[in-house]
Amino acid sequence: MTTERTLGGFLRHRGVSRRAFLKFCSAMASMMALPASSVTALAEALEQARRPSVIWLSFQECTGCTEALTRSNAPSIEGLIFDFISLDYHHTLQAASGAAAEAAREEAMHENDGQYLLLVDGSIPSVKAYSTIAGISNLDMLKEGAAGAAAIIAIGTCAAYGGLPKADPNPTGAMSVEEIVKDRPIVNIPGCPPLPLAITGLIAHYLAMGVMPELDRLGRPLAFYGENIHDRCYRRPFYDRGLFAETFDDEGARRGWCLYKLGCKAPETYNACAQIKWNQGTSFPIQSGHGCIGCSEPNFWDKGGIYDSVAMGQFGSGPKIAVAASLGAVAGAGAAVLARGKKHKTETELDSDD
Amino acid sequence: MSTRLVVDPVTRIEGHLRIEAQMDGNRIQSAYSSGTMVRGIETIVRGRDPRDAWAFVQRICGVCTLVHGLAGVRAVEDALDYPIPPNAELIRNLMVAAQYVHDHVMHFYHLHALDWVDVVSALSADPKATSELAQSISRHSKSSPGYFADVQQKLKGFVESGQLGIFANGYWGHPAYRLPPEANLMAVAHYLEALAWQREVAQLHAIFGGKNPHPNLVVGGVPCAISIDSGNQSGTAVDMVGLERVRSLIAEMHAFVEQVYLPDTVAIAGFYKDWFQMGEGVGNFMCYGDFPANGFGDRSSYLVPGGVILDRNLSDIREVDLNAEGEIQEFVSRSWYAYGGGKDAGLHPYAGETDFDYTGPEPPYQQLDVDGQYSWLKSPRWRGRPVEVGPLARVLMLYATGHERTRELADATLASLDLPLDALYSTMGRTAARALETQIMVEAMDGWFDRLLANIRGGDLRTFNETLWDPSTWPSTARGVGHLEAPRGALGHWIVIEDGRTANYQAVVPSTWNAGPRDAGGQPGPYEAALQGHDLADVDQPLEILRTVHSFDPCIACAVHLTDPDGEEVLRIRAR
Repeated sequence: MTTERTLGGFLRHRGVSRRAFLKFCSAMASMMALPASSVTALAEALEQARRPSVIWLSFQECTGCTEALTRSNAPSIEGLIFDFISLDYHHTLQAASGAAAEAAREEAMHENDGQYLLLVDGSIPSVKAYSTIAGISNLDMLKEGAAGAAAIIAIGTCAAYGGLPKADPNPTGAMSVEEIVKDRPIVNIPGCPPLPLAITGLIAHYLAMGVMPELDRLGRPLAFYGENIHDRCYRRPFYDRGLFAETFDDEGARRGWCLYKLGCKAPETYNACAQIKWNQGTSFPIQSGHGCIGCSEPNFWDKGGIYDSVAMGQFGSGPKIAVAASLGAVAGAGAAVLARGKKHKTETELDSDD
Repeated sequence: MSTRLVVDPVTRIEGHLRIEAQMDGNRIQSAYSSGTMVRGIETIVRGRDPRDAWAFVQRICGVCTLVHGLAGVRAVEDALDYPIPPNAELIRNLMVAAQYVHDHVMHFYHLHALDWVDVVSALSADPKATSELAQSISRHSKSSPGYFADVQQKLKGFVESGQLGIFANGYWGHPAYRLPPEANLMAVAHYLEALAWQREVAQLHAIFGGKNPHPNLVVGGVPCAISIDSGNQSGTAVDMVGLERVRSLIAEMHAFVEQVYLPDTVAIAGFYKDWFQMGEGVGNFMCYGDFPANGFGDRSSYLVPGGVILDRNLSDIREVDLNAEGEIQEFVSRSWYAYGGGKDAGLHPYAGETDFDYTGPEPPYQQLDVDGQYSWLKSPRWRGRPVEVGPLARVLMLYATGHERTRELADATLASLDLPLDALYSTMGRTAARALETQIMVEAMDGWFDRLLANIRGGDLRTFNETLWDPSTWPSTARGVGHLEAPRGALGHWIVIEDGRTANYQAVVPSTWNAGPRDAGGQPGPYEAALQGHDLADVDQPLEILRTVHSFDPCIACAVHLTDPDGEEVLRIRAR
C-alpha cells in the first residue's frame, strides 16, 4: 500500500492540515470518552488506513436516517463521505443507478471482502416480494452483504429493532437486522431517526479503532445510549419540585416545566438528546415543548399512547450502571460485548496489535 | 427490435423505484413505473388514538419529514372541526415553507444535478473562467478563482485516490452531458456548499419542532410554547434568542436560493434547452391549495390556490372537492392489491380498501409482468383522469390565477432563456418550476415571521387550543381530510374516527399521483407518460430516463401504503 493511497496521505493531498486532522482525532476521542493519550494512537491508526469501504443498504425505511446522516456536523457529511470513508453504495446519494449501481455494490463487496462496513436502515419483510431492489429481496441482499462484512451497523429503530413496520399488527412480517444475521458483529444505532452524531461518531470510532465500542444489552453504544434522557434533562429540576406543564401552552409550558404529565417518555428512554441535542445543539424535543416519544427504545410504538404518562416506578433505573460500563470500555473491560457473544476486539486488544 | 430496459434501483430519490421501458431501438416505446417496497403504515395506525396518528404517518417519509405528520394533524382537526390559534398557523406555514426550501435545494444539488453535471469534467475547468462565469450570474460571495481552484484540487485528490465512493460508476463522459467544464466545476462547488447550508437551515425545524428530521407536532396547534418571560432561565427553544435565530435562518435561506439555487438552475437549463421540449407527462395538473393567511378553513386566503387544470387549459380552473366520492379515487387494476368490488373499481379514500395481492414474479426476478400488475403503488385519478401534482402544478396554478410575483418570476426566467410559457410543460420546465416556487416561498416566509413577531409583541402567545384535546369531548363518529401542498405536491390524509379511536386511515400522496401505474383503462401515470418517446443516446447508460424521472423528485416510500378497513388481511402470493 503506497503512502498516497492511505487516508493520511489522501488527507494531506486534499489539503487537510495535520493540525486539523489531529483536532478531528481529539474531538472524536473526547466524544467517545477515550483518554487524551489515545489521540496519537488514533491519528496513527487513521493515517495508515485506506478509506474503508462502506456499503449502505436501505430496506423498509423512510430515508429519515439518511437525512439525519446529512445533518451531521462533526464529522460533517461532506467530510465523512469525501475524506474518511468510501461510501460505495448508498441509494440516496450515489450517482449511479440501475445496473451501474448494482455493479458498484458488487465491486465494493468483492474488492473489500471481509473488510467493508455494512450499514443498514429499514426493517426487512419476511415475505420477499414486499421489498425488492434490482429484483432481489431485502432478505437475500442483507444476507449477501452481511457475509463479507467486517461489521454491521443497524441504523435507526427499524433496522435495529423492527421499528414502525414491525408495530402491531406488523402487516409485512418486518424483522430487524439482528433477527436475521447471527454471525457478524452488529451495533444498533436506534432512534427515529438517530442522533446524527451517533451515526457518524460510531463510524468514526470504528474507522479509528478498528473495533466497535462497548454496547449495552440492546446492542447500543454506551457512549450515546448510556444515559437516561430524564436524568439529563434541563427540566429535571422542575420534576423534582413537582412543577409540571398541564397543557401545551399554559404558564408551565412557557416556563419550561416538566412534560411528564403530557406523556414525556424520557424516564424510560436512553439516548443523548438532552446532552448533544439536535441540529448542532439547537434544541431537542423537550426543549421545543413536546415530550420525548421514546424513539430509541425497542417496540416504542406499541408501548402506550404518546400522551399517556409513563409509570412512576420506572424512573431512573440504570443510568449509573451505564456510566460505569462506559468508563469500563476505556479500560478494555468488554462485559457488554461478551454478554452479547460477539467477537469484538476491545480497545486493549487493538493497542496490543499496535 | 423490441427489448426491455430495466432501471432498478433508480437512485438519488427517496425509496424504491423501478422503471421498465419497452424499447424500439433507442426510443422508449412505453414506460412502466413500479414501487417495489410496501410497509402498511395505515393498517398500523388503525385502532390507535387519533392524536397519536401524526407521529406514525410522519414516518411515511423522512425526506418529506413534517408534511405527513401535519396532514395527519389536519385530518383530525378537520374531523373534529378543531380551530387552532393564529400563531400556530403561522408557525406551521413557516415550517412547511422551510421544508420546501430545504428539500428543493437538496433535490436540485444532491439528487438531480448529477443528471446534468459531469463531475469528472470539472477537473479540466479553468478556475479563473469559472469565477468569471459565477460572477456573471450571481453576487454570491464564494466566487473567487482561488475558491474554485481549491474545490478543483480537492476533487482531483478525490478522483486520483481511485476510490470514487458515491461518484463511482456514474455516467461520466456520456454524450448527453453538455455543460462546459467551468459550469461543471461551479455546480460541484455548490453541491458541496449546499450540503453544509442544508445542515444549518434545518435548524428552523429544530427550534419549533425539537429536531429535524421528524420534528414534533400536535393536534390543536403546535407543541412549542412561546417563552418570552423566562429571563435567563431556559424556558423553551422558542424564546427571543430562538426567534432571532429563525429570522437569521430565513435570511440564510433567502440568500442561498436567490444567489445560488435559482441562478444555477437557469444557467444549467440554458445548456439543455431541448429538455424544455420533452418529458411533459399527462398535461393535467392538480393542487389542493395551502398556506393560509387567515385560518386554514378560509380557502380563499391560501397563497397557493386549489384546483385542477386539464389539457394545459390555464383559463379553466376546475374546483377540487376532497370529500366528493366521484372525484378522487384510487384504482388497483395494475397494482398488487385486491378490491372486494373487483380489480377495476375506483374507491374514494374514505371507502378505501387494500389487501395485498402479489401477482408478480418471485424474487429474484429479471422482469415484471407489465401487462398485468406491476407495482405496490395504486393509481389515483381525479374524475378518472391522471393528473400531475407538485411544483409545476403549483406554478401553473399561481400563474393561471394571476399571482403577480409568480408571473413576474416565470416570465422573466422564460424570457432570459428565450422560451415560451409552453416550455414549462417539460422535464426542464418541472425543474425550473421547483426553483421558482422556492423563491416565492422564501419571500413569503418573511411576511409570516413578521406577523408572528407582531402577535407576540401584542401579547398573543397562544400556540395551542385545549378545548377539544380530551377525546371525551368528541362525537362518537367523525371523519375528515387533512390536506397540504407538500414539496412534491398535493397531499391528502383521510381519517375516520369512531369512539375516540382511528377506525380507518388513508393517505393519497404526491408521488402516488405522479409515479402510479396504469389504470383499468390503460391510461399511464405521469412518470410513464413523460418517459414515452425519449430517445436514449446509449441504452446501457440511460441518463435520459434519470433526468425525467428525477424532474418529478420521486418519493416512493410515501407513495406506497395500504389500508384494510375490514381488518382481514387477504394475502395471496402467486409466483409466475
